[in-house]
Amino acid sequence: MPVQDVIQDPASLTLTVIATYPAPVARVFRVWAEPALLGKWWGPPGWPATFLSYTLEVGGRAHYFMQGPDGTRHYGGWAFTAVDAPHALAFDDYFADAEGTPNRDLPGTSVGVTLVARDGGTTMTLVSRFGSLEQMEQLVAMGMVDGIRAAAGQIDALL
Amino acid sequence: MTGGASSSIYNHMVLHQAQTDALFRALADATRRDIVARVLVAEQTVSALAARYAMSFAAVQKHVAVLERAELVSKHRVGREARVRGNVATLKRASALLAQLERVWRDRFAQIDDLIPPLDPGEG
Repeated sequence: MPVQDVIQDPASLTLTVIATYPAPVARVFRVWAEPALLGKWWGPPGWPATFLSYTLEVGGRAHYFMQGPDGTRHYGGWAFTAVDAPHALAFDDYFADAEGTPNRDLPGTSVGVTLVARDGGTTMTLVSRFGSLEQMEQLVAMGMVDGIRAAAGQIDALL
Repeated sequence: MTGGASSSIYNHMVLHQAQTDALFRALADATRRDIVARVLVAEQTVSALAARYAMSFAAVQKHVAVLERAELVSKHRVGREARVRGNVATLKRASALLAQLERVWRDRFAQIDDLIPPLDPGEG
């Protein structure tokens, strides 16, 4: 497993995940920067993502859907808030409709990623933050997470 | 705790927009983070908290008020004294949900691992 450390901070609603991959920084950055690669890992197992548009620049957006085994699609989008290729990027992940219009009534998360060369490999640090506790609960209550649970088959019922 | 199944999603979301802002502001300050950590261990009077920081009683009171609005702490009276306690239920809920988020990211990181080829001397 590439994951080395996970830090949960309930007080700031922040999750930090640190992983190391045996590849140069530029290579690891590609899994974030190339939509075809992104689609292979962004969705939960069994829910591959398809990126319909992708503009990697500050203020740029991405539009995607994740499709489940029964054909159900969940649309979402990113709004990039920082891009420093190949070392860092940050974006807000939100729910969207099929046209890419953000649904601001549904909760989103903020994601920040940094890549640092280390011992011939790359250490990737990811910080994911919810806007509020209510947002977290709503996300979990939604179908997306049910899909994750069904596919992974190992997430216990919440609470 | 307010809210519940009977509230409409719409009202819920309108309410929580303000809550989101409050939460970010509440945790953006080192003193406030420290107060949360302390009152989670044991409830404290506002005076006891004030004695710990190099700032006025009024300034500490203001910090506590910000944390209250974010529902990270609650205040209650014992005699003449205002006591502050951490909202354990809120933080427990947060913790359970972060565990779910952790699972999501672990799955993603594992899938990334499948996409990273072994080190190629010709690359990088």
